[in-house]
Amino acid sequence: MILDDFLIRAFLAGIGVALAAAPLGCFVVWRRMAYFGDATAHAAILGVALSLVLSTSIFAGVLVIALTMATLVSLLSNKGYAMDTLLGVMAHSALAFGLVAVSFVSGVRIDLMAYLFGDILAVGLNDLAIIWGGAILVLGLISWRWSNLLIATLNSDLAHACGIDPRREQLILTLSLAMVVAVALKVVGVLLIVALLIIPAAAARPFSRTPETMALLAAAIGAISTTGGLQAAYWLDTPTGPTIVSLAAILFAVASLVGHGRHCQSR
Amino acid sequence: MTLLKIEHLEVFLGGQHILEDIQLILERGEIVTIVGPNGSGKTTLLKSIIGSLQPTRGHITKASGLSIGYVPQHLHLDATLPMTVSRFMRLPFQRSRLQIEKALNQAGVAGLGKQQMNELSGGQLQRILLARALLESPDLLILDEATQGLDQSGIAAFYRQLEAVRCELGCGVLMVSHELHVVMRTSDRVICLNRTICCEGTPERVSSSPAYLAMFGHHTHDTLALYQHHHSPSPMELPS
Repeated sequence: MILDDFLIRAFLAGIGVALAAAPLGCFVVWRRMAYFGDATAHAAILGVALSLVLSTSIFAGVLVIALTMATLVSLLSNKGYAMDTLLGVMAHSALAFGLVAVSFVSGVRIDLMAYLFGDILAVGLNDLAIIWGGAILVLGLISWRWSNLLIATLNSDLAHACGIDPRREQLILTLSLAMVVAVALKVVGVLLIVALLIIPAAAARPFSRTPETMALLAAAIGAISTTGGLQAAYWLDTPTGPTIVSLAAILFAVASLVGHGRHCQSR
Repeated sequence: MTLLKIEHLEVFLGGQHILEDIQLILERGEIVTIVGPNGSGKTTLLKSIIGSLQPTRGHITKASGLSIGYVPQHLHLDATLPMTVSRFMRLPFQRSRLQIEKALNQAGVAGLGKQQMNELSGGQLQRILLARALLESPDLLILDEATQGLDQSGIAAFYRQLEAVRCELGCGVLMVSHELHVVMRTSDRVICLNRTICCEGTPERVSSSPAYLAMFGHHTHDTLALYQHHHSPSPMELPS
């Protein structure tokens, strides 16, 4: 069977994550919530530790912690602390508690590096099902709420005037973000998840005139980065997660230069 | 037809009363303007009406099926968000190209559909916001200092447009404004707000009321007199 090949599985996993990350990454860029993604990703380590202690699946542990984190931050915002302070406290304390908890897990030698940087080449059939299940769920959710999310991003009063509750849309967005972090953990790891959200979206910006084109272009750039990065890592014998993000960064640099050039020409 | 009825509205925020005992009835076809100093609760009142703020006490009753067109004070567009004018007009409800062109026309910005939102001038952006509010074929149009950042001729043109729209749609208009002399010319009713409603009535009545004069001083009174002199087709009773 074709899925028996670990490289094919890795390609499919990369594409799945890139597709789900693209539209969400656009919202992360538009709403300036990059730090929010970071916080959720850091908390994921606590999820890994918990699932080892309770011997449940890593995905379940990470998803629960990421969702809890997302809901907590949404509830606690506007309660006297600035958002970045709140996120800073929660993200790093979750990471610290996670690392301490991992040290208590005796008998199990876990490869922390695999969670920090991901191990796309070790993606199994089960992981693949989880990644694509999660990706389809997130894509469905985002496309269902797309217009509402956009108007809530633009201006919360305009959203209210149309009968849309911007806080509900924000919650949908943060829950989707938690989901993407959980499914992407295996592919690029905790430290690089946010890169996969933001870089393709940012690279797509100079060539987009509407939010929709930006999301589609971001998906294409994300897919090229993951598949190309995987290929490059295979040839160069480099770590895959970082290679994927490096390729995305190179695409971003090229896009910015070309975009800037076109901008100057049109002046 | 009554569009909106506010009874005993009270908003308590951050340990202080922003609004107290507000009573207000708005009828179809009338232009009502709220004036008042900074921090007097004007924006809070509008936000309570569109539902983005929960009042502490009191009732806001809207006519059933009331559609509200809202023009915010300003729209901050993040530079990272690409958005053409016509895409913005289709948020969040799908509209036909014809509807969009008509609304842009009504707001006096025909032909801007393909422009990027963040390349518009301040005046163009305000008119686009008005056009988007008109797309809802609103029964009630709510404007929050919609002319902020426009120059004198821009302001005058904006209000002319607004009057034309009111005549065409027959909608009620509720707005907050600082352009006292224009307000006095275009409004049917003026509400002077400072936490509570200090005085209200026709522009002539309000501008001669002690509460209004205490708030804005006597010089605005002169501007008004000048204006009325200029624009009244028949001699109008001047406030004594």
